[in-house]
Amino acid sequence: MGVVGERLQPSLFERSRPGRGGGKIPHPPAGALDRLPAGARREQPPALPELNEPEVVRHYVNLSQLNYAVDTGFYPLGSCTMKFNPKLNEWAARLPGFATLHPLAPDEVAQGTLELLWELEGALAEIGGMRAVSLQPAAGAQGELTGILMIRAYHRDRGDTDRTDVLVPDSSHGTNPATATMAGFRTVTVPSARDGGVDVDAFRAALGPRTAAVMITNPSTLGLFEKRIGELLEAVHEAGALAYMDGANLNAILGRFKPGEAGFDVMHFNVHKTFSTPHGGGGPGAGPVGVGERLVPYLPEPRVLREPDGSFRLERAGERATSIGRLRSYAGNTGVLVRAYAYIRAHGASGLREVSDDAVLAANYLKHRLRDTYEMPYDRPCKHEFVASAATIKRRTGVRTLDIAKRLIDHGFHPPTIYFPLIVEEGMLIEPTETESLETLDAFAEALIEIAAEAERDPALVREAPHAAPVRRLDEATAARQPNLRWRPMAGDTMPCPD
Amino acid sequence: MGVPTDLRYSKDHEWVRVDGDGATIGITEYAAAQLGDVVFVELPDPGSTLDQFGTFGVVESVKAVSDLFAPVAGEVVEVNGELAGRPELVNEEPYGAGWMLRLRIADAAQLEQLLDAPAYEQLISET
Repeated sequence: MGVVGERLQPSLFERSRPGRGGGKIPHPPAGALDRLPAGARREQPPALPELNEPEVVRHYVNLSQLNYAVDTGFYPLGSCTMKFNPKLNEWAARLPGFATLHPLAPDEVAQGTLELLWELEGALAEIGGMRAVSLQPAAGAQGELTGILMIRAYHRDRGDTDRTDVLVPDSSHGTNPATATMAGFRTVTVPSARDGGVDVDAFRAALGPRTAAVMITNPSTLGLFEKRIGELLEAVHEAGALAYMDGANLNAILGRFKPGEAGFDVMHFNVHKTFSTPHGGGGPGAGPVGVGERLVPYLPEPRVLREPDGSFRLERAGERATSIGRLRSYAGNTGVLVRAYAYIRAHGASGLREVSDDAVLAANYLKHRLRDTYEMPYDRPCKHEFVASAATIKRRTGVRTLDIAKRLIDHGFHPPTIYFPLIVEEGMLIEPTETESLETLDAFAEALIEIAAEAERDPALVREAPHAAPVRRLDEATAARQPNLRWRPMAGDTMPCPD
Repeated sequence: MGVPTDLRYSKDHEWVRVDGDGATIGITEYAAAQLGDVVFVELPDPGSTLDQFGTFGVVESVKAVSDLFAPVAGEVVEVNGELAGRPELVNEEPYGAGWMLRLRIADAAQLEQLLDAPAYEQLISET
């Protein structure tokens, strides 16, 4: 059984034929090469692949058609929120006034973009119940770092320098402890309660004069709303610590729960999750950060300011001495922020609430459809995603969650997130998002139910899946242990690889 | 899955084999099975000192990256250099060639805080 399927094609190096070419590149003027120092010149021309233009175009177009994307099918990747990216957002981001603005353009000619950024800050502050927002961070993880650096600056400013610990629940995203470490803190992991929620008593016991912050995702990575959040945040503040809200799951609570009003001091927004901008690969990202009153002085610079005459300008370097400084060049990744703004304005307040309500409804519907086939370790209504477990199927048939995920590819669906959160055995985290039709949700549920039946009937069929994908089961362990990161010529008369 | 009776265990799924004032440490077969195929093991330098239940390294599998916790405090005498090139030994022989480090035990009384084989078996049957 080969790993490489028929639909994969040879690389450009293998397709190359000496002397073949595409566009006409002007020859350099006579003697141009002589102007280069001898030591900087190649002894031989580089072994670049030689092909004509249609061959190159077909190569990449055919490769692109092997891809599975949210524009080609259902993509229920839990925690990642692979929601559809409305094309209206793309139209807005391509408007020449936004798309062609030079990042160093003076404020006078950037008024439209600055006004949009200022309004977006206001909209995010309203949505999060926060006092102010910075759009600078280039991703959610950088937003986390920004938030924790502001908390560090807050404690230092007060001369409260013994606070070395950041508390996180054991269901937290891996970026939370990574952020704490990057900011010079020690991470203390607090186990979850049996119902999957944060264990308020365990947090109380862990809180103390050394606690700088707690980082909480609400709803949690299990897709469960933290019902005792108010109580928890009160205890955090009593201990003199601040509370960070990981906004990864904000898409479940729009218009229903404002983290700032619940007592969170700082949060980040994942615009690619909640506000439908493309994920990595769709261009640079953004992870705006909202803060409550206490952290406003520490916001990164430059902030977008509105002058008394109604014009807008960027804060000047050093204008606000308490700022933690710059996190990103210029005003952040504005292209993706324009898309987020377009999404917010297209929906309005009531529309955004409906987005969350529909995402929650879709997740609970799928959970209900699958509950007789897969275990639901946390048997209570979920928010926008839920964890199902194949632990019983594995014990009975030897078929693992990994196998089920691979078999879903044969059934035409992108697999859900598997083995995350780590605290669920044989877990799969399923997040349908709000944009899928009832027919799509039903087809996905039926595929998962059918695969469970296949596991009983013909376990090898599931264990050896996928059968219909461009590549079969890959050997992940060998790929990680002995990574082969460069194409090399196989043998014979193929082109040599450039070294 | 057998749990060797001559070892002591931590709740974090590390095992200790005591030999005089020396201890050999690794992760249990249960832990290795839960992690899946191990692809990388990061271990401390010999000579470094470890606190009981403090982290001493990292094990990375195709599923997850997890911290390793020292079941007893002590000074690292030797680490298993084989694992750099053959991390799969952790899966294949968790109690043998997949060992991770040897310590000089700082305080033998700490061993009393660890589980014996029946208690560890009980722990993994509950999870």
